Amino acid sequence: MYDVEQYDVIVIGGGITGLGTARDCALRGLKVLLVERDDIASGASGRNHGLLHSGARYAVNDPESARECIRENKILKKIAPHCIEKTGGLFITLPEDEDEGYGLEYQKIFIDACKTSGIDAEAIDPVDALRMEPSVNPALMGAVKVPDGAVDPFKLCSANMYDALLHGTTILPYTEVTSVIREGCSVTGIETRNTHTGERASYRASVTVNAAGIWGHGIARMAGVKIEMCPTKGSLLIFAHRLNNVVINRCRKSSDGDILVPGDTVSVIGTTSTGISYDECDELKVTAEEVCTLMREGARLCPSITHTRVLRAYAGVRPLIKSAEDATGRNISRGIVCLDHSERDGLEGFITITGGKLMTYRLMAEIATDAVCRKLGVPATCKTHRAMLSDPLVPRHSESATDELICECERVTFDDVKWAVNHLGVQNLEDLRRRTRLGMGTCQGTKCIARAAEALARAKGNPEETRELIRRFVEERWKGMTSVGWGDSLREMEYMQKIWKGRYAETAEK
Amino acid sequence: MENSLDQCIKCAECTVYCPVLKATDSYPGPKKAGPDGERLRLKDRVFFEDNLKMCLNCKRCEVVCPSGVKIADIIQRARHRHGRPIPGIRDMMLASTDLTGSLAVPFSGIINPVLKNGAVRAVLDCTLGIDRHCTLPEYAQETFESIFKKRFSRQQQSYPRKVNYFHGCYVNYNYPQLGSDFVKLMNALGFGVSLIRDERCCGVPLMSNGMFKQATRNAESNVNVLSGTEGPVIATSSTCLFTMRDEYPAVLGVDNSSIRERLTLAVKFIYESVSSGKVRLAFREGWKARAAYHVPCHMERLGWGIFTLELLGMIPGLELMELDSNCCGMAGTYGFKKENYGLSQQIGSALFSQISGRNPDFVICECETCKWQIEMSTGYKVLNPVSLLAEALDLKKTAKLNQPALP
Repeated sequence: MYDVEQYDVIVIGGGITGLGTARDCALRGLKVLLVERDDIASGASGRNHGLLHSGARYAVNDPESARECIRENKILKKIAPHCIEKTGGLFITLPEDEDEGYGLEYQKIFIDACKTSGIDAEAIDPVDALRMEPSVNPALMGAVKVPDGAVDPFKLCSANMYDALLHGTTILPYTEVTSVIREGCSVTGIETRNTHTGERASYRASVTVNAAGIWGHGIARMAGVKIEMCPTKGSLLIFAHRLNNVVINRCRKSSDGDILVPGDTVSVIGTTSTGISYDECDELKVTAEEVCTLMREGARLCPSITHTRVLRAYAGVRPLIKSAEDATGRNISRGIVCLDHSERDGLEGFITITGGKLMTYRLMAEIATDAVCRKLGVPATCKTHRAMLSDPLVPRHSESATDELICECERVTFDDVKWAVNHLGVQNLEDLRRRTRLGMGTCQGTKCIARAAEALARAKGNPEETRELIRRFVEERWKGMTSVGWGDSLREMEYMQKIWKGRYAETAEK
Repeated sequence: MENSLDQCIKCAECTVYCPVLKATDSYPGPKKAGPDGERLRLKDRVFFEDNLKMCLNCKRCEVVCPSGVKIADIIQRARHRHGRPIPGIRDMMLASTDLTGSLAVPFSGIINPVLKNGAVRAVLDCTLGIDRHCTLPEYAQETFESIFKKRFSRQQQSYPRKVNYFHGCYVNYNYPQLGSDFVKLMNALGFGVSLIRDERCCGVPLMSNGMFKQATRNAESNVNVLSGTEGPVIATSSTCLFTMRDEYPAVLGVDNSSIRERLTLAVKFIYESVSSGKVRLAFREGWKARAAYHVPCHMERLGWGIFTLELLGMIPGLELMELDSNCCGMAGTYGFKKENYGLSQQIGSALFSQISGRNPDFVICECETCKWQIEMSTGYKVLNPVSLLAEALDLKKTAKLNQPALP
């Protein structure tokens, strides 16, 4: 028996673009359903740098992206202060850049380009740069100060979800689209399957928005249209503690491992850029070569990374739309692509929103929602550039003396777990990690995960499948650690293995 | 700065051995206050918690850490960086041993009985917050430096071998007897003793009271003065020695590499001199005693308790009992403070009951603050091993054994 419910719009994909679009639609008074096959922020939205671009990085080669970035930068600082750290950023020039034509002359071109795009860029003395950020490479010849920052992608996704929920959106995580329903030349809904229970359902809407990131390629195919994407993997490394308080970039053409971003309790170096096949998108691996590149290049930004523990490696896939013949994807525009398939393919009721980046998610949502409203004939205009994003009070190190502490590394308490379960749609330990940072700290959940599983069961009021939850969580953590298994990380892994392999072997014997 | 923060694999071994955590749950414990808290403090200083001052800096966490994390150093550095900069009058008084000492010694005849008076103690308790149950150390009638000048300094030139003596504030202002014992002992072993010109307090009471700036000034001055000396620099107090040797670079960031190798403790120096055959000992005949040895926390951290045990083991008439490794709870001036007194006594209780159970003639210990705590809390007398050795040796015979061969 299918449960058929009618919505104005269905958004496919619970990444930042989908969540932002759902929120924008809801703010314009539409009845919205969002489906996500996993948890929110489980794809590229949770696997990126967390960089609040000023746009400076694109100023020379992609002024359009640069202008988008600085505009969104200013908007996000206003509407989502709880998701942002105004760290400021530096673009440094190193002696070796001179040989490649990126010396101090290029710095002038860079600053001019920034100014043309409306980005505050100011050359500062290397001594002042070192004072501003003591961990920066002391060999620097020049530095430019820009309004970069850090954005917590998990918080940003949670906030958009929370705000969309407050405005009446229905959000269904762990709900996979099995087919896109077509009636003649128009899309009228979707059929879904719950990935936990296997339960099937179908939903109807006048417009369906494909915001599934790289997986949007598959969704489009289900709708019978073709979009050529260029899946590009970007790998990053997380350091065990915060190394810098200011974003550090290289003042030269974009390359691998040239941005070090401080975010919450850690610093992240990235990225790489490698074209991959669609099949690889679900099983991303960070290669030894990528790790070496990131460590080598990262040390040029901040020499102390060489003796800092690397917590884990991870990768995300950029949902870029294919254009030029460029194997690396580095030169493909990071611009926003919104496809109205009625214009493009003669298919009504179906829109694909892709390309872009975390930084411009709000603008992407605005463009997609404008398209939705045009189709529905709804005159409402966008409010998201001034409507404050509700603060979902995502817990961060909120311990008070009386609280029951669950995760010691990131200081997550039982009250935090309860809040996340009740208000932020947490179903399992991975969801809990994305909402609260539980298990993201130094021990990667080794010490706290049993406690966390028990706390989660208690908060949810059903002590089911705890063992399986733990196993899945530990395996996921382990995966991210294997690529960086040396030094203290290796010791941590051995410790993790001793505790968890032992515990599972023991009960298996019984 | 070395990066021991990342070496923590969160095994929580330190938590098991923290004496403060054993006594109270209002302290977060070494793991949470140290490496865990440091990650948060690197993000934002608002995560600095005032309860870090409950750390005794006993270093037991560092002794047991299998990963080599400098846990207590991380905590002390955080206090240094983020702590409240202005301590109250009481803390300044307790911390500024040089100042209060030099003011009090000339009036010790009046001050000592006054400090023992119950009414005065009650007033100190209410006004300053020095717990009324505490016995503050008595002041000497004359400083050790002045005694040394009058009684010892002239003859020191006659010895061909020389050592420098860092006496510390306690010997100078409160207990010059230990200084005199040390000089007599070293002379008998054939060493002349020189005092350090313009010696300043090692800084440990300043650090434990949050006065890191003053402590750094003292450290810089001491390193500077000591680098102008030659030969070994010997302390009788394990706390002064540990501070100058390890805390100067680790907590205060003062480079002591020019003198670190020459810094040593009297027991270690004497043991090494005896075991390498450089000096010989002759003990008094018929001398007998039963003593219990308490290893101060900083001796545990140094791993040097063994030198005391081996050295005292050479004394024929001494029955020596080694006490279990426990913190006495005093930690400098911590236990004198009204807000800490109860906790401090609770931390030390295992040690106190073991001492009473063994009922020795006296307790041996290298640290003066352990001495205050044990004497105040158990009534047993506490001796520095140097004083014990000076008493057990036949100094005249020993001096003869160690006389340089005449040409």
